[in-house]
Amino acid sequence: MSSHDENGIPFTTPRQSATFTADVNSDIRRAAATGIYDIRGGGAKRKVPNFDDLLFMGASISRYPLEGYREKCETSVTIGGLHASNPIELDIPITIAGMSFGALSGPAKEALGRGASAAGTSTTTGDGGMTPEERGHSTKLVYQYLPSRYGMNPDDIRKADAIEIVVGQGAKPGGGGMLLGQKISDRVAEMRNLPKGIDQRSACRHPDWTGPDDLEIKILELREITGWRVPIYVKVAGARPYYDVTLAVKAGADAVVLDGMQGGTAATQDVFIEHVGQPTLAIIRPAVQALQDLGMHRKVQLILSGGIRSGADVAKAMALGADAVAIGSAALIALGDNDPKWESEYNKIGSTAGAYDDWHEGKDPAGITTQDPELMKRFDPIEGGRRLRNYLKVMTLEAQTIARACGKNHMHNLEPEDLVALTMEAAAMAQVPLSGTNWWPGKSGSNF
Amino acid sequence: MQTFDLEAQGLRELNSTLHAQVKETNQTSWEVINPKGSHAIAVGLDAPIEVNIKGSTGYYCGGMNKQATINVLGSAGPGTAENMMSGKIVIDGDASQYAGATGHGGLLVIKGNASSRCGISMKGINIVVHGNIGHMSAFMAQSGNLVVCGDAGDALGDSCYEARLFVRGSVKSLGADCEEKEMRPEHLEILKELLAEADSDAKPEEFKRYGSARNLYNFDVDNAAAY
Repeated sequence: MSSHDENGIPFTTPRQSATFTADVNSDIRRAAATGIYDIRGGGAKRKVPNFDDLLFMGASISRYPLEGYREKCETSVTIGGLHASNPIELDIPITIAGMSFGALSGPAKEALGRGASAAGTSTTTGDGGMTPEERGHSTKLVYQYLPSRYGMNPDDIRKADAIEIVVGQGAKPGGGGMLLGQKISDRVAEMRNLPKGIDQRSACRHPDWTGPDDLEIKILELREITGWRVPIYVKVAGARPYYDVTLAVKAGADAVVLDGMQGGTAATQDVFIEHVGQPTLAIIRPAVQALQDLGMHRKVQLILSGGIRSGADVAKAMALGADAVAIGSAALIALGDNDPKWESEYNKIGSTAGAYDDWHEGKDPAGITTQDPELMKRFDPIEGGRRLRNYLKVMTLEAQTIARACGKNHMHNLEPEDLVALTMEAAAMAQVPLSGTNWWPGKSGSNF
Repeated sequence: MQTFDLEAQGLRELNSTLHAQVKETNQTSWEVINPKGSHAIAVGLDAPIEVNIKGSTGYYCGGMNKQATINVLGSAGPGTAENMMSGKIVIDGDASQYAGATGHGGLLVIKGNASSRCGISMKGINIVVHGNIGHMSAFMAQSGNLVVCGDAGDALGDSCYEARLFVRGSVKSLGADCEEKEMRPEHLEILKELLAEADSDAKPEEFKRYGSARNLYNFDVDNAAAY
């Protein structure tokens, strides 16, 4: 590029707009070319305050640590003991979030079951019903009860170890689902009772109840059908966590699953994912406050999801009051989603490893978010299950490492007092002190 | 005939007793007294038994029913026969919202009127309403047959898929992508059978058929105004 004109006058340096960025401009060009909003999978990609903005302080003189590998640090969690005669007992506080057969291939669902079972935790069905391979390979399977009721039947409900009534999802609070025609294979079409190849819309509201009073009666019905044996979870998006958790508990939920905006979806509008909902970090404390105000903290379990990636995230979520976490996107990455080994394949479909999110198109080079028989052959469910088990074990060891360093002999003993924040935003959201201070925005009686 | 006093014995006892019935049971006939609008009566049944409920019911009566015949000798609250798989449920009076929602199979007969969203997301169930139905009925209905001997309210069959909708009276308005369809001999045959099963004296020839125009099955920006 020339720096001067023909008279030797220097050009001003070309300056890219901070408003009209390359991403924004490509969005505009794509919209102008197609007339359709952008659909994609995954969760919010924008930077939001998150668990990286928190640090554990660790033990010193005022707190003493536990010996790594020698002194026990328990990780087990019981979910649903309030009303259910058979609560779920998990070895680790990390569960696998709901993901549908349809969005994922059958072998991918099988791998999730294998990995979760080997690690001593539960997996969850999704919008599309329960498959035999998923039930068969999951020692603890949570059955999602969704507005679409695709594949819903009382036989599968009775095979489940828990029922999760899905009210909302962090990626799209207030939105329904969508499975585009490309992924509607014969088997998916049959399970959902719809013609092959059409776009399948999943409703945003349940067809037979609205509001908290109805929800209480719906929970009663499900308990009666399952003989009050299994826990009933209610999953809500991180929209208004204090009120939503309060209403879910008052309706009789055994556990609340709370999903922040970094939580993934199989497919929805990009504008929905990026502009509706709240960061995972921001929704925990109001939810825990709601449980405490009702005297239900640790009685009704809080399962947090939305961008959980590591044992550090697990420990931080639990220190802020969660009883367990759920992972979805991270589990898919553990299986092999977005693996750089498929880079040339990603490039062919206009993407790159790490950024691939067009899961709805069914062209996943890793063979995980697809119903294409040829692509599915690339994914080995046994190897996938082993990788997921390893990942879950590593996350657990990491979380234990931190908990021991904080002097805790059970993950549930972690507490907000163990944390500080690196930014004002994170301090305000997590309600823990800004590092180096004893203050956070909004703290009453601050003396700093 | 086994008689069960719901007020005295309680809902849990009723449902667990009915769940205990198996295919070969000789206790095939049950009478429930004092229902008093209770919710979740006779839900999740899975045996070829007959349950006669003497009075009106609350939410979700007969929910997820398989095999059983349930007769409500009164009116039914919201979500009656929701997600029914098979069997038959007959409501002598009126039914509230969402009757037969997401039902996969079996026959729901409502001898009075049905409120809004009757047959919402139905997935194979047959529903016969002797009276009228409310607005947004058969919304996103996937498959099965909805037969209305009276009139239909606003937005019938909005965004429906392959369900067949038969209305004898007037239709206040059709929902998005729902249109009147040709009534062919096979449809008259379906109607004849369903009307007979539902104990209706309406004639198949008096009905019009409605269903999906199938214009919204795959997203097209030119249809954006319809979404």
